[in-house]
Amino acid sequence: MKHSTFFWFVLPSAILMLLFIALPIVSVVTQSVYAAHEQVVVTVENCGPFGCTQTTAIDQEATQALREAEPLGKYVGTDIYTDRNHLAFAEVGGAWREAEGLPDFGAALMNLPFYRAMAFTLTYTFIVTPLTIIAGFAIALVVNTVAQWLKGPTIFLSLLPMVVTPIVGGLALFWMVDARGILGGALQWLADDPTLSVKADTTLMWIMLMVYGVWHSAPFAFVVFYAGLQTVNQDTIEAAIIDGASRWERIRYVVIPHLVPLTTFVALIQLMDNFRVFEPLVSFQAQAHAQSLSYFIFSDLGGETRLLSSAAATSVLTIIGVAILLSPVLVRTYRDFTPRT
Amino acid sequence: MNMMKTALFGTAMAVLTGTTALAGGHGCAVTEGRINIVGNEFPAIQSVAAAALACADGITAESNLTSEHQTINVAGMQGNPAEYTSAIIANSSIVALINEDVIRPLDDLVAEYGQDIPARQLITIDGKVMAVAFMANAQHLVYRKDVLEQIGMDVPTSYEEVLAAAEKIRAEGIMENPVGGAYAAGWNLAEEFVNMYLGAGGAFFEPGTPNVSINNAQGVAALEMMKALTEYMNPDFLTHDSNATSAEWEAGNVALMNMWGSRTGVLMDDEGSAMEVYSNTVAGGPLTVGDSGVPASTLWWDGWTVAKNISDEEAAATFQALAHATSPALLNDETMSQAVWLMDGFEPEPVNEGVLATVAAGANPYPMLPFMGLLHSALGDNLADYLQGNESAEQALADVEAAYTAAAKEQGYLQ
Repeated sequence: MKHSTFFWFVLPSAILMLLFIALPIVSVVTQSVYAAHEQVVVTVENCGPFGCTQTTAIDQEATQALREAEPLGKYVGTDIYTDRNHLAFAEVGGAWREAEGLPDFGAALMNLPFYRAMAFTLTYTFIVTPLTIIAGFAIALVVNTVAQWLKGPTIFLSLLPMVVTPIVGGLALFWMVDARGILGGALQWLADDPTLSVKADTTLMWIMLMVYGVWHSAPFAFVVFYAGLQTVNQDTIEAAIIDGASRWERIRYVVIPHLVPLTTFVALIQLMDNFRVFEPLVSFQAQAHAQSLSYFIFSDLGGETRLLSSAAATSVLTIIGVAILLSPVLVRTYRDFTPRT
Repeated sequence: MNMMKTALFGTAMAVLTGTTALAGGHGCAVTEGRINIVGNEFPAIQSVAAAALACADGITAESNLTSEHQTINVAGMQGNPAEYTSAIIANSSIVALINEDVIRPLDDLVAEYGQDIPARQLITIDGKVMAVAFMANAQHLVYRKDVLEQIGMDVPTSYEEVLAAAEKIRAEGIMENPVGGAYAAGWNLAEEFVNMYLGAGGAFFEPGTPNVSINNAQGVAALEMMKALTEYMNPDFLTHDSNATSAEWEAGNVALMNMWGSRTGVLMDDEGSAMEVYSNTVAGGPLTVGDSGVPASTLWWDGWTVAKNISDEEAAATFQALAHATSPALLNDETMSQAVWLMDGFEPEPVNEGVLATVAAGANPYPMLPFMGLLHSALGDNLADYLQGNESAEQALADVEAAYTAAAKEQGYLQ
C-alpha cells in the first residue's frame, strides 16, 4: 500500500480516536491534577420552619473572583493521587513502619479504600477471566455437537445472560439469593443453617459476585469460540480419527491449538471488562463487602458534593491498572506477529 | 418548634373560622415564561409538581421527578440558560445548589408575588430568602400495637427500651428479627448514624470550623447502640434501604423501627400488607439514646428553589406557579395526609403524628453546612466495617475522619 493511500485510509478513524479517546483522557488527567479553590466560608444566620441557627456558608462573591482568576482550580500536582482516598502513600508508609509483621501490615492496608478495592477487583479478575474462558469453550463444544435442528434454540438460550442488561440480571440474582429467595432458601437447606445469608457474609458475597460475573460473560466467550470451531480443519480431524485419536485427544491436540489466538483475544477483553467490575456491585448492594475503582468513581460523582478531581484521579488509576494487566498479553501478541529474524 | 406550634394554631383557626382555601388551579394562570421542575419522587412532591404545572397557561411546563434528582439537578441548572427553572430539594441537598451558586435569592419575587407566604415557610440564609419550604419530615418510631400488647410492654421512648422489647419479642418466639432500620451501607447508614450521634449529644465539627470531630465518647456510644440494634435485625441489614425496610414491615417480619414520616402513610394503608399488620401499625414519637435528652432524629424540610441562570420572566412564572402549588389551595382530602404540610389549613392525621412529635421533642434540624455532604458520604462508606465486626468503633470513626479530611482538602475546605 502506498503511504498516501494508507494515510487517507486511516485518517477518519485516527481523527475519531483523537476526539473520543485521546482528548477525554487528556481532560481527565488535567482535572486530576487540579483541586477546588480554597473555599471562602462565612458565618451566616439560617432560618427556616424549625427556627434560626448560626451556620456557615460559602461566600459566593469571593469564590467567584477566585474562580474567574483560575477557572481550572488550584494546581495540586499528584496530591490527589497520593491522598488517603487513593494511593495513600503517607498511610501506607506509616502502616509499614508501625506494623508488627506482615499480617498486621496487610490488615492496615486493607483498611484503605484503594487497596481494599484492588484486593477485590484483582481476585475477581483473575478468577472470573479463566472460568469465563473455560465455561465459554465448554458451551461452544457442546453446542457444536447438538443436532442441527436444536442448534438455533440452544444458541439463543446460551446467549441470554449476555442479552439481559447487567443491572437487571444482577437484580434478578440478588432477589434469588435473598434469604427468602429460591437460591438463598436452597443454600440454607443444603447447609442445614436457617440463619445463612449470602448478603450478610463477605466470602459468600464475593462468590456470588464471581458466579454472576462468569454467568454474564460466558456467552461472549462462547460466541467467539463457536465461530472459531467452525473454522477447524475437518481433514485434520478426520486424519486424527483414522489415527485412532479419542474425542478428548482430538480436542486437546487439534481444536485447542487452533483456538489459542482466539483465547488471547477473549482474555484481553475479559481482563479489561472484569477490572472495571461495576454493575453487580450496584445491583447486589454489595458496597459493604466489595468495592471496585469504578464504584468509587460512581460514588464520587453521585454524592451530594461531587468530587470531580477524585473521580478523575481514580479514572486515571483505572487506565493505568488496565494497561498493566494487559501488558503481558499485548507483549505476547506483538511477539507472535513480529517475524523472527 | 415555636413556628410549628404557630402552624398548628393557624390550622385550628382556619378550621374554626371556616376559611378553607379554594381548591383547584384557579387564580394562578401564568401566561409567559417557562416552567421546568426537577425533584424527588414521592406522593407529596408529585402533588406539588402537578399543581404547579396546572398553572401554566399556554407556556412550556414540564417536570422531571426521580429519586436520582440529586445527581442531575446541579448539572441541569449550571448551564446558561438553565434546563431546570426550579429544583425541589431538602435541607441537605440545597447546600450543593448554594455551593455551586445555581439558585437565585427570592426576596424581590417574594415582595412582588409572595406576600401571602408565611414567614415560617421562607428559608433564609444570611438574610436572603433562598427557598420556600412546604413540608416537614423526620424519622421516628413506628411500632406494632398488637405485638407490644402481646408482650405486655409500653411503647418504647428510648433505644434502650427498644432493645428490651426486641429481646422479649424474640424470647417469646413472636418474631426472629423484630427490629427494622434502613441500614443499607451508603447514604441510609450514614443518616442513621447522624440521628444516633446527635441523640447521644455529639457535634460533628469543631464549632465554626470544617474540622471534623466524631471520634469521641458520643461517637462510640452511637455506634455501639447501632450494633446492638442490628443484633435484632434481619442479617441482611446492610442491604436494606428505606424501601426494603418498608417491605419487611409490610411482610409482617418487623415490630419496631425508626422510619421516615413521609413513608408511614404507605405502611398504614391497606395496600401491600395483611390487615393484622397495617391496622396495628402506629406512628410513635422519636427515640432517645442515653441521657442527653435530645431525640436521636433529625428534622428535614422539603422546599423549592428558583434557578439563577434563567430569564426574569421564567423566574417569575416558576415562582408564581410553585407559590400557588404550595399555598393552602393544594390541600384537599387526597393531599392532606401525604405530608406534614407547612401551609395554613393543614390538619394532621394519625400518620403525621410521628413527625409532629419529633418536632415537638426538640430534635435538631439536619445540619445545613457546605461540607456536611462530604462527611455524610464518608460515614456511609466506612461504618459497615464496624457493624460487620471487622474493626473497632474507634477505628471506624478514625477512618471516617480520615476519609472526610482527604475529601475536604480536595474541595478546598481544609488546607
